[in-house]
Amino acid sequence: MGIVSPGFTGRRRSGTELPPGQYLTRDFPVLSAGPTPHIQPEHWEFSIATESGEVHKWDWPAFLKLPAEEITRDIHCVTRWSKLESEWKGVSLDTLFADVETSADFVMAHSYGGYTTNLPLDDLLDGQAWIAYEFEGDPLGAEHGGPARLLVPHLYFWKSAKWVRGLVLSDAEDLGFWETAGYHEYGDPWKEQRYAGD
Amino acid sequence: MERTAVRRRLTWQAGTVTEIREETATARTIVLDLPDWPGHLAGQHLDVRLTAPDGYRASRSYSIASAWTGSTIELTVEQVPDGEVSPYLVDVLKVGDPLEVRGPVGGWFVWRPDSAGPIQLIGGGSGVVPLMAMLREHAHASSTAPARLLYSVRRPTSVIYAADLKKLAMSDDVDLTFVYTREAPPGEPRVGRVDAELLAAKAFAPTDDLTTYVCGPTPFVEAVADLLVAAGHDPARVRTERFGPTGGPR
Repeated sequence: MGIVSPGFTGRRRSGTELPPGQYLTRDFPVLSAGPTPHIQPEHWEFSIATESGEVHKWDWPAFLKLPAEEITRDIHCVTRWSKLESEWKGVSLDTLFADVETSADFVMAHSYGGYTTNLPLDDLLDGQAWIAYEFEGDPLGAEHGGPARLLVPHLYFWKSAKWVRGLVLSDAEDLGFWETAGYHEYGDPWKEQRYAGD
Repeated sequence: MERTAVRRRLTWQAGTVTEIREETATARTIVLDLPDWPGHLAGQHLDVRLTAPDGYRASRSYSIASAWTGSTIELTVEQVPDGEVSPYLVDVLKVGDPLEVRGPVGGWFVWRPDSAGPIQLIGGGSGVVPLMAMLREHAHASSTAPARLLYSVRRPTSVIYAADLKKLAMSDDVDLTFVYTREAPPGEPRVGRVDAELLAAKAFAPTDDLTTYVCGPTPFVEAVADLLVAAGHDPARVRTERFGPTGGPR
């Protein structure tokens, strides 16, 4: 068990529905490595580039024409806050990948502002991930990644890249921004994969 | 964005509290003797883990306040109202107690003494903590890189590291500006927030080799970073660290 902290009793506010080490918040904290990019929807473009160099692109009007889903999921930040039943609207990556031919295993998400994060492609398909553009009924605010962000609720939230502008498929795994700075390459909250080697 | 390569396994280690310093009515500095600490870069943070007698645990991340000099490390903790870990660290923990930590973490919001170019530090409230580590590293390494700190606080009694900052400000390489948002000391007429005019007067103008570090509550960092970008700073040269909620509607 390790050492006991003299005089610490704890508050035990975490419910059983929370991954280990997380606590519940009703706020929506903001964490970003730099200034918030303010991307106007008319300048926004999203692309998927395959390992063979084929590029699929959507501008904002084309993106909004795709079938959207209402998504209610718990989200978990590596800095230990969790939000239960957060409500989003977005386009499933299954929809975006419908015409993409690939046998790649890995994806690098790229954002406006230069942020990157790596994920296995298997974690983005089969109803597990979306490009979200509404949060709790409102357009997604710039500080939370608007106009659109990646939403991968089953992984720590740094994987849900804000201001996403494209996915690049690859046969080999590369590391993204926080992963290169010491965070876990996969980031499963239930296994507490916070830092490299966890 | 530039990349750093820090990948190794982090393990929990026990330190001993050797000193506690009151900084303000709500913040204190904890000095830890950590025999197995691998060292850190100025600006990095660590996780603190508390364990109750029945095994219940809670962890939180805190910025490291000290430069790595090979002996002890210092954390400065501001009590978060209704918090779980910070009230223990601020009110209960005492000299001689053990404390478990894991780190250092973070390879982006850091300053290395061999980095070229001036450094602009802009802190709000307890956001000054990692910036203080940078100023201490700057002094420890005898860096001649020009450094400026803009420190936004509510009132004079909210200033963390008042004595240390005064000492550092006597150096030719460090320039210090306080911005009081609620109440200024006698002789300092300005009360207000960091705005474009103040940045133009007191912060470095954008240059190709300037790096700006902004740390504080989310609304503060959002406002300052937007002002910097509007003033012509390259967003890639503005590094930010935010804490707390957005302050907007929930």
